[in-house]
Amino acid sequence: MVLTTTEFDTIAAISTPPGEGGISIVRISGEEALDVAKKIYRGKSLDKVASNTINYGHIIDPSTGQEIDEVMLSVMRAPHTYTKEDIIEINCHGGIVATNRILQLVISNGARMAEPGEFTKRAFLNGRIDLSQSEAVMDLIEAKTDRSMKAAINQLDGNLSHLIKHLRKDILDVLAQVEVNIDYPEYDDVETMTSKLLREKATDVHKRIVQLLQTAKQGKILRDGLATSIIGRPNVGKSSLLNHLLHEDKAIVTDVPGTTRDVLEEYANVQGVPLKLVDTAGIRDTTDKVEKIGVDRSRKAIASADLILLVLNASEELTDEDRQLIKATNGKQRIVVLNKTDLPIKLKLNEIKQLTHADHIISTSAIKSDGLKELEKLISKMFFDEGISSSQNDVMVTNARHIGLLNQAKQALEDVIKGLDTGMPVDLVQIDMTRCWDLLGEITGDSYQDELIDQLFSQFCLGK
Amino acid sequence: MKSLRVSDVKQKYRGKNYDVIVVGAGHAGCEAALAAARMGNKTLILTINLDMVAFMPCNPSVGGPAKGTVVREVDALGGEMGRNIDKTYIQMRMLNTGKGPAVQALRAQADKHAYHAEMKHTLENEPNLTLRQAIVDSLIVEDGLCKGVVTNTGAKYFAKAVVIAAGTAARGKIIIGELMYASGPNNSQPAEKLSGNLEELGFDLERFKTGTPPRVDGTTIDYSKAEEQPGDATPHHFSFESSDKNYLSVKDQLSCWLTYTNETTHKIIRENLDRAPMFTGVIEGVGPRYCPSIEDKIVRFADKSRHQLFLEPEGRKTEEWYVDGLSTSMPEEVQQKMLHTVAGLENAEMMRPGYAIEYDVVAPYQLKPTLETKIVRNLFTAGQTNGTSGYEEAAGQGIIAGINAGRRALGKGPFVLKRNEAYIGVMIDDLVTKGTKEPYRLLTSRAEYRLLLRTDNADMRLTEKGHELGLISDDRYAKFLDKKRAIDSEIQRLNQIRIKPSDAVNQFVEAHGDKPLKDGVLASVFLRRPYVNYQTLLQFIAAPDAPLDRHVVEQVEIQTKYAGYIAKAEASVEKMKRMEAKRIPDRIDYQAIDGIATEARQKLQKIHPETLAQASRISGVNPADIAILSVYIQQGKIAKLKKSV
Repeated sequence: MVLTTTEFDTIAAISTPPGEGGISIVRISGEEALDVAKKIYRGKSLDKVASNTINYGHIIDPSTGQEIDEVMLSVMRAPHTYTKEDIIEINCHGGIVATNRILQLVISNGARMAEPGEFTKRAFLNGRIDLSQSEAVMDLIEAKTDRSMKAAINQLDGNLSHLIKHLRKDILDVLAQVEVNIDYPEYDDVETMTSKLLREKATDVHKRIVQLLQTAKQGKILRDGLATSIIGRPNVGKSSLLNHLLHEDKAIVTDVPGTTRDVLEEYANVQGVPLKLVDTAGIRDTTDKVEKIGVDRSRKAIASADLILLVLNASEELTDEDRQLIKATNGKQRIVVLNKTDLPIKLKLNEIKQLTHADHIISTSAIKSDGLKELEKLISKMFFDEGISSSQNDVMVTNARHIGLLNQAKQALEDVIKGLDTGMPVDLVQIDMTRCWDLLGEITGDSYQDELIDQLFSQFCLGK
Repeated sequence: MKSLRVSDVKQKYRGKNYDVIVVGAGHAGCEAALAAARMGNKTLILTINLDMVAFMPCNPSVGGPAKGTVVREVDALGGEMGRNIDKTYIQMRMLNTGKGPAVQALRAQADKHAYHAEMKHTLENEPNLTLRQAIVDSLIVEDGLCKGVVTNTGAKYFAKAVVIAAGTAARGKIIIGELMYASGPNNSQPAEKLSGNLEELGFDLERFKTGTPPRVDGTTIDYSKAEEQPGDATPHHFSFESSDKNYLSVKDQLSCWLTYTNETTHKIIRENLDRAPMFTGVIEGVGPRYCPSIEDKIVRFADKSRHQLFLEPEGRKTEEWYVDGLSTSMPEEVQQKMLHTVAGLENAEMMRPGYAIEYDVVAPYQLKPTLETKIVRNLFTAGQTNGTSGYEEAAGQGIIAGINAGRRALGKGPFVLKRNEAYIGVMIDDLVTKGTKEPYRLLTSRAEYRLLLRTDNADMRLTEKGHELGLISDDRYAKFLDKKRAIDSEIQRLNQIRIKPSDAVNQFVEAHGDKPLKDGVLASVFLRRPYVNYQTLLQFIAAPDAPLDRHVVEQVEIQTKYAGYIAKAEASVEKMKRMEAKRIPDRIDYQAIDGIATEARQKLQKIHPETLAQASRISGVNPADIAILSVYIQQGKIAKLKKSV
């Protein structure tokens, strides 16, 4: 029987974020990566260059002989590469058109378009990285700020793996002791694993898992960004607030702003917290089509936001539209921004306090940059209490699958305790302890479940 | 090593034809032969020594955790071990009674002579079965098919299927200190030639080691210095067919006695380690970690000041006692000294020294789950030959090998027990999937679904299969169905009756420190309380129409009390079944699959797992390899589909 497989085709993709960046990289991985590159590259003979070298040359369309771009081409030979396959990276002069053209040439000369996450999938399948590491790579690519980058890198280092393995070891010790008592009931060599001991151990592991899960809330924000919506009537200063938050000196990892009108999300780094600003195009549009922006459009943005920045014009009295917006955002995490405080103030603070149930209120003048630092501090404080840091040693759980498994493991331990409470014998209670052990093993890939791989790789997005 | 054989027969002769031949009449061979014969096959069983049929060369005991459950499984499949021990035990104990139902374990002390005689008699009286003394020298194999055996006396017997259950006889070698000689168990003749023949046929053999302690004269033991361990008063049986009225009272059972080694014992051992074959490199075979020799224990657990020793009687008509825990291959003189340091054994006369025995094992990766070998068709192996240790493990494999050999002879398909169906299934899957680096012993922890594989429900799990195989009589099957119906109907009844918060109920509940009932509660829910059992439940609800058998009550209690856990286990079985359904094509070429790690590739190539689930259990095959394999198979199917369109 001859089996065919696409699993080991040579694959290619643009591995830099889309947009008009300075340099774009087209990556090729697979057995034929070098052959593909040779067909479209004019420069040094790629067969002769050493591994891990970067080579100057040109990309040529072999069918016309036309020069497409001036490039730097890296050659990395198997197995010491990310995917453990031959890898070629073509560094070209950015620009959607040129980069796409090169990718098309690569594909018409023997490579196949990579599926989302396929490079990482190969790294995993080729035994280069373990499960939690491969997930961390995906997080790293999507990391929005330095803080989230650090969380991603820690995980890649195997910190989470290490911690989980530690937990599993502790559980295994307990399990082993229970087992010995069962299989060698008459031998007095081993201390009997009593309900009391089992409860102590279960409670201890439970506590540690809960701690780990507490980092998940912040981890999710660090990874996915804090969905933030700037709401307000036209001309209250949303645009300038947005521009301040997106100020140039802030590290913005992804999606270069302003390249397209379709960009609906932008990221701002606010004291290390990545703010995912929803419907920024809507805000920018206001300069063209002021009238179209109203409560209706805002509703959508409100619904999907974790945080609302409700901007009011302090130099005007509260309008019906303001009141409607306050009502529409009640019950949300909200900061009321009283803008234009540089002008004479007409807004009644007491009324606002009453209407907003004494929410966070901050006075700013976007034009004079007054109060903006305070706003940033407030945001950071709201979501990251001082107690939580992301120092080098802290492990932060950021991946949805890990969180799900940790929650199940926590549940299993609660079942252990519940079983002990209802007087179940140790060897039955131990079943839930074993389940906890298995679930933790799934995080590090130490136990295999059928659905795991499929689910994992369908979550991946394109890139490294 | 020099051969014991002085000369060979000059002329061979053709013996009768059989359907199935079983080589070896130990615990595996007996079950294999009986199963094959009872399925209607003309069966021949050959043994090196007729006086060693179902012989117990080590512990005179049957059962224990996991092992006891195997005995019940063998019984539910129509096997003999359970009935045989029920007829010949001298002590019966249920272990782990303080723990849950999944790990309760029955163990009997056997009268080893009666046990042997009883089993031999059963074989002799089995209509389709011939029992004969002979040593098998070689197999008759043509074109990869096993067609029969050749004996040392020159007989050629032909058959449709052959089962080898050679135990420790295969190139056996006994070691006592510096003394070393070719021998089967207990100074019987070894099978010197069969191993070589298996190697010629292409089998990969391994060398294992096991050992046994010295036996002492019971009239020289000072029992006052040891702690008595009597049998149970409550009736227990291995066989589901045995009845309570035949159960021995405690005074009719024989006790075991507990004593300990001490620092003096350990000092003697340490001073003589240079004479211990275990450490001088004389012993090549791999011994079991779970049953180490005393010298091994002293070296590995140097900080322990004492080790338990159980003194076990070997039978009613002998004064020989087995010193459990003192397995050793030290020189005889040292063994004597060791014994005399132990409380109660100061003046004990040693009757036989302990010894280590090395023997050949067919590396079990060469077997299918039916225990048929992969390279020689119609050839099956069972018991210690497959790398296990223990009478129960042997019997469990024996019955499966016998059933499959018998079904092959009858032209029927394979019979395999799954991991969620029986400990036997766990054991065989472990052997053929993971192999074993030491003599394999069943442990409850090897079973991921042990709550389902209880000792109490072996009949629920397997009687139906035994009946389908033709090994359980219609009469026994009908009784089983009655029991099952009684259990189901009582569970159903308890699910319908409500217990009202009467004064009597609440008095009872409060007496156990619980809160009084406010509303009515289902009888089945009430039964789940730890302090309620079926008998106490009957104080508050009407009794069933007819009083229930104690075995029915036991099932009702367990299935109700642990329903939540049982449901969880069953859910995880369902999950496994989905993986078990993903079959790996027979002719898959692992060399052609890129990306599988080298170690995993070698293992897969060697073991040729039948399903993805089995592949995932192979050590050294990691999830990434399974993912690749899964993708590869999936794509093969797609390719095939495309081709056929």
